[in-house]
Amino acid sequence: MTGAGAVLQAAAEAREVNVLAIVFFFAFVAITLGITYWAAKHTKTTSQFYAAGGKISGFQNGLALAGDYMSAASFLGICGMVALRGFDGLMYSIGFLVGWPIVMFLVAEPLRNLGKYTFADVVAYRLRQRPVRVAAALGTLSVVVFYLIAQMVGAGSLIELLFGLPYGVAVVIVGLVMLGYVFFGGMVATTWVQIIKAVLLLGGASLMALWVLSRFGFNPLALFLAAKEAAAATDPHANVLGPGSFITGPWDATSLGLALMFGTAGLPHILMRFYTVPDARAARNSVTCATGFIGFFYLLTFILGFGALVIVGQAPIRAIDSGGNMAAPMLAQALGGDAFLGFIAAVAFATILAVVAGLTLSGAAALSHDLWVNVVRHGEAPEHEQFVVAKIATALLGLAAVLFGILFQGQNVAFMVGLAFAIAASGNFPALVLSMLWRRYTTAGAVASMVGGGTSAIVLIVLSPAVWKDILGNEAAIFPLKNPAVISMPLAFLAGAVVSLLFPERAAAEKFEEMDRRTHLGA
Amino acid sequence: MSHDAKHLTDLSAHRWRVSIALTAVMVAIYFGFMLLVALAREFMATEVVPGLSWGVLLGALVIVAAWALIAVYVWWANHYDRRVDAMREARR
Repeated sequence: MTGAGAVLQAAAEAREVNVLAIVFFFAFVAITLGITYWAAKHTKTTSQFYAAGGKISGFQNGLALAGDYMSAASFLGICGMVALRGFDGLMYSIGFLVGWPIVMFLVAEPLRNLGKYTFADVVAYRLRQRPVRVAAALGTLSVVVFYLIAQMVGAGSLIELLFGLPYGVAVVIVGLVMLGYVFFGGMVATTWVQIIKAVLLLGGASLMALWVLSRFGFNPLALFLAAKEAAAATDPHANVLGPGSFITGPWDATSLGLALMFGTAGLPHILMRFYTVPDARAARNSVTCATGFIGFFYLLTFILGFGALVIVGQAPIRAIDSGGNMAAPMLAQALGGDAFLGFIAAVAFATILAVVAGLTLSGAAALSHDLWVNVVRHGEAPEHEQFVVAKIATALLGLAAVLFGILFQGQNVAFMVGLAFAIAASGNFPALVLSMLWRRYTTAGAVASMVGGGTSAIVLIVLSPAVWKDILGNEAAIFPLKNPAVISMPLAFLAGAVVSLLFPERAAAEKFEEMDRRTHLGA
Repeated sequence: MSHDAKHLTDLSAHRWRVSIALTAVMVAIYFGFMLLVALAREFMATEVVPGLSWGVLLGALVIVAAWALIAVYVWWANHYDRRVDAMREARR
């Protein structure tokens, strides 16, 4: 049972290369770059670059959404957390899914009907363009940057462990391949990379789960029982089937829950995908498919996490990575040897590439469509200029991603995904919803809610245990909760409401009927 | 306000009411679950049948509930679409 751990450990120390992993990885890169070459021929306009010309079907977009959303943190991170902490890890499996019904009910179809490339299109619809675009672009870019840092640092260390490549080389490879997809193939290539990754990840995870279950007579309860006994054998007080020390109280639970649930509906790279389908009905179908796939995947993490606990064991998992990130690859090796490990390692790599590509594209849209075209050029830039600026913005973000990855090497960046969700839930989501639902919402109110929500989320995270205590080394955190959303999200709604009532804007209220009609009926 | 415009406004208000009601149900289910984790730790750790704790069972059911609510919404939204189509047809 410890054999898998020992081999991976040796690989990590000697930087030994898993040849099959490299072969699988090169096959993936070759196929996806081939698709990018084809996609580049169909990417001649700004609309094709950002929205694949609106020609992606609902089912395809559902898979691509799943590929965009299921990050390496979901796959490797959750499996590891379940393996080491049991039920506490499942809190993330559940929390990452419950945002999807909110996306469906409140944002997917209105977004498709109202906007073009970014969520700022919707917030700025009946408000003054420039202040709203600047605030929304700042919100988008901060979510994208924090999420990118978490992904790039994760990518560097994972690839170092899985493939035996040095950290810096791994970060540069991820950055360049991703840039290749996005720069040349735009949204068409990004979509297909995400679709292929989603199929590989769902297939690989299903196969691994079946393999685990085959050892327990295909009875998940037998597996859970074995997990409970295995964990209790090392720590008699542990019960991995019940809550552990993760959630400290009702406020902690509520705050984390708010960020996970409403953050999904404010993630710019997810929102952007709704512009790739032809109409609201296709947007609806895509959320149905995405939620089906993502929910299925998160249910599999129940089996994979507990499977790693029983089959690999907690001590070997912790020995390689104290956060448990290697639990899923170690489980793959224990089940299917180096060949299956190679496959799962390549899937993890593909997962990172697909997520990073989606993030970069949405950040580039904020830079070029929101800031350049609508703020600097007052919405009057010729098509050719928009296309060129979009590509320049993509290249800049790709380079920034590599730089961040190298700059933050060895730093504890686990809190950054939580921060990205908190900013999305506080800076982006309230403004998006208020702009569609509240007639008296104004430009000043929108700016106050986006800036107030985003800034308070960042400040409170710095004061929270993850940064103030664990990273800055202070004795105790000033803000006690894991996630700031319980303060920052209501604050964003309150700031939006109070400022809107203090400074009414007649022009915005007068356009409300027209916007509302379009929200539900399309053009 | 013309008859059509009035009808559209009614449809739109109806649409938001349904969306917000479904959102509220999902919020209630998820935060109910989170508060049980925070406040009823013993209960969540007890097993319904050996190997299946209330925590794991209810957690899986939250995911199933999300699917079910989406199914309800899709069923309703398709119905709504047909009404809008009919209205557009009538206007022609």
